[in-house]
Amino acid sequence: MSSVILAFVVWAAGSFICVRIAQGPGHDTTAARVAVPVLFGVTILAMWELLVRGLEVSPVILPAPSGIADRFSGSATVLWQDFLQTVLKGALTGYIIGCSIAFLAALAIDRVDFLKRGLLPIGNFVAALPIIGIAPILVSWFGFDWHSKAAVVVVMVFFPMLVNTVQGLADTTQMQRDLMKTYSASYWQSLVKLRLPAALPFIFNGLKISTTLALIGAIVAEYFGSPTRGMGFRISTEVGRLGIDMVWAEITVAAIAGSVFYGLVVLAERGLTFWHPSQRS
Amino acid sequence: MRNILPILTVLSAILIIWYLGAIWMNSAWTLDRAEGPLTLTEIVQDTMTQDRPRLPAPHQVAAELYDTVIDKKVTSKRSLVYHGWITLTSTLAGFILGTVVGLLMAVGIVYSRTLKMSLMPWAIISQTIPIVAIAPMIIVVLASMGVEGRAVPKAIIAAYLCFFPVLVGMVKGLTAPDAMQIDLMKTYNATPAQEFWKLRLPTSVPYLFTSLKIGIAAALVGTIVGELPTGAVRGLGARILVGDQFGNPLMIWSALLAAAALAGILVSVVALLQTVVMKRMGFAQ
Repeated sequence: MSSVILAFVVWAAGSFICVRIAQGPGHDTTAARVAVPVLFGVTILAMWELLVRGLEVSPVILPAPSGIADRFSGSATVLWQDFLQTVLKGALTGYIIGCSIAFLAALAIDRVDFLKRGLLPIGNFVAALPIIGIAPILVSWFGFDWHSKAAVVVVMVFFPMLVNTVQGLADTTQMQRDLMKTYSASYWQSLVKLRLPAALPFIFNGLKISTTLALIGAIVAEYFGSPTRGMGFRISTEVGRLGIDMVWAEITVAAIAGSVFYGLVVLAERGLTFWHPSQRS
Repeated sequence: MRNILPILTVLSAILIIWYLGAIWMNSAWTLDRAEGPLTLTEIVQDTMTQDRPRLPAPHQVAAELYDTVIDKKVTSKRSLVYHGWITLTSTLAGFILGTVVGLLMAVGIVYSRTLKMSLMPWAIISQTIPIVAIAPMIIVVLASMGVEGRAVPKAIIAAYLCFFPVLVGMVKGLTAPDAMQIDLMKTYNATPAQEFWKLRLPTSVPYLFTSLKIGIAAALVGTIVGELPTGAVRGLGARILVGDQFGNPLMIWSALLAAAALAGILVSVVALLQTVVMKRMGFAQ
């Protein structure tokens, strides 16, 4: 019972400090920007730990963070193996192939207005579909190993990436294009010097959306058959065996992988589109 | 309307590629069974009519769709209308839940700097976590808490995917009024509540509808993901799963197309609502 009370004390203290920092004079500094969300996260974790202990929640339902951390460090080799199989082989390969193909397809479509008018509405529609459903089909076509997972990821990231790139390539004004013409720039010159840079914010938007889709695709595809490793495989088997702490350890890996993946794309975006209004503050 | 011809062209190109792919992918099985040499016509004919093709031809899927949508009674367990309805109810429940959560969080974030600083980074991180990893867990946890059936877990997964676009769109929308408009409200001596209801909320409506269109598609994806890995027996995602387990590609493809149609209908309904509401509110179209 005392842990439950302590949980609420932690909660009150955490929110009090958060409010003080946010309302205080230094709320615009980088330190405050980092400290507040971190403190928020730590408070939630501490409450979780204390409530699970205080209410004696069975670890089969919801393990405490400390239990998950134990399992995480205890099964590091298995987790690393699953990470290699799902994230690096499945998701990343598919992401690179899918985004490159979509990018090249967008360049091709962009040259033909007829195609653009036909493909853009369809691409927009397909990007909203639950494409994840093709996972079983692709698994039966390409076999159980990571190739089929990469194939699912390719299909999933293709349309968001295509639509964003095509829109980005159209994001120049008539005035800018005319200027390139007065310089007598060739198609490639105006593409490389004007239209691609102008399209970068859109391209990065597509790349960012695709990072999450890639992980989802790779994990779900494993539910339909995989060798005896991989995050999706581990999650579905451990849920069946009620090894919920292992599932949470995999979720932690997925969360870290997803955030790092997304963060890397954001860093690349900062570096390449530093001139864009959304990056200047 | 000037896009009709290009769209139809692209669609027929897809159909032709689909047929060619079906011939190519199914021919291996045709040749395996063949007792003597076959002519090209015989091969093509056989690839169009297999029971368990690797890639069903479009007309086979259409026939299966017709059979399971029109011919079966809607109460039948084999009717896609029945499964579509299951998926639709979970999608709508998740959509409403996600929209409400997204709206409330957006209001909180716009009005409280503490919430903005503590919640926003986590909302972004939450979307980089692949929800499917959590889907089986949600079902286990809810089952142990005595929640029967899969409708609630599915709706929660749908809401998880749906709240983020609404949150981001509404934060943008609620902060969209420029300084001039906010100053005008101040000169009217408007209370914060009046400023919210009469300025910020109406300004955010176009942003809201844009987010709702993304949100409802995301909710459908979430529901289907919730049906896929979890041994559900009802719903379009479950049809895909069962089709996979019984090695019946026609079942998978017809369920996929039904899901696509459902997505199309849902997004169109929101778009229609948007047109009507925006016209009533006097936004220039």
